Amino acid sequence: MSKRLGWFLAGGLLVALLLAGVVSNFASGSPDGLDATARQGCTFDADDEITGGTCMLQQEQGHQMDGSPLAGYGIRGIDNEWLSTGLSGVLGVLLTFGIGGGVFWLARKRKSPEEANT
Amino acid sequence: MDDVQAMHIANGIVDGPVSALFAVLAVLALAFCVWRARADLDDRLAPMAGLVAAFIFAVQMLNFQVLPGVSGHLLGGALAVVLVGPWVGALCVSTVLIVQCLLFADGGLTALGLNITNMALIGTAAGYLLVAALMRFLPKTPGGVGATAFIASVVGVVVASQGFVLEYWLGGTTQLSMTTIAGTMAGVHVLIGLGEGLIAATTVATVARVRPDLVYALRRYRKTVPAVEMADAS
Repeated sequence: MSKRLGWFLAGGLLVALLLAGVVSNFASGSPDGLDATARQGCTFDADDEITGGTCMLQQEQGHQMDGSPLAGYGIRGIDNEWLSTGLSGVLGVLLTFGIGGGVFWLARKRKSPEEANT
Repeated sequence: MDDVQAMHIANGIVDGPVSALFAVLAVLALAFCVWRARADLDDRLAPMAGLVAAFIFAVQMLNFQVLPGVSGHLLGGALAVVLVGPWVGALCVSTVLIVQCLLFADGGLTALGLNITNMALIGTAAGYLLVAALMRFLPKTPGGVGATAFIASVVGVVVASQGFVLEYWLGGTTQLSMTTIAGTMAGVHVLIGLGEGLIAATTVATVARVRPDLVYALRRYRKTVPAVEMADAS
């Protein structure tokens, strides 16, 4: 990998870290397009519990990974919402880059076919 | 509520058999993508693909308001297609969805095949068809590639939203009007697509200005249009 590409990747990663680590705290808390569609037809109380009607959301079941320390884009044990969201975003970016980049790097085509056997 | 919320299909919304069917479909399609992606993945594209996945993860956290009480976030298919091509691009979006599902408990594990089908496969495929068509006649400049990303994003997001409508029609767990669901999903995703288009256009135009050699769409389609060089040479 060339040095120039290394600088570009570092710059891009820095932008992603800032977006996920800082800007994420300014994101809208409203349900997204899919979630809003899933809530259509039901009424909700102040605690966001379904009070009546018929909607997709009534059939929703819990997530298998709800016990994950990063569940719901926060870090279990950190009460400060800004810190919790921001740090989970930073971890997410690094993990995605590490896992994605690692797999793509291993799967890339090598220059000579002999090297690919390792 | 400032927390980033769950944003993909949760467990239980679509029934087990249909979820399983789409899980099989997603595995087969991703295996095909891996096979095709290997031809594109070289020493330059592989780390770039890791960055694209990390960037999509970051931007998916940034929900923007599209209507009172309704937000949206980038899906990333068209952005990935322009920067790393369709096969690697679908794998980038899938990587994000798998990380979000397994580590962030977002998008049900049972529903992972549904989410991958909609966002990584359908959205990316629709975006790719538009990129392939538009790059034939739009200028190979930051502006041209930005306009391509914008249009491909809007269409890709709306088509991806209809993937959910199809899945819900096949295996929805509540009796609801399908025309209402299709209309609501399409309408709100036009707005989300416009937001995604602006983000994707800004991103690819910036990369095209700094490092045009790292933009797959510019590399890929430049080869097929050597008209400028030929005209200069004659």
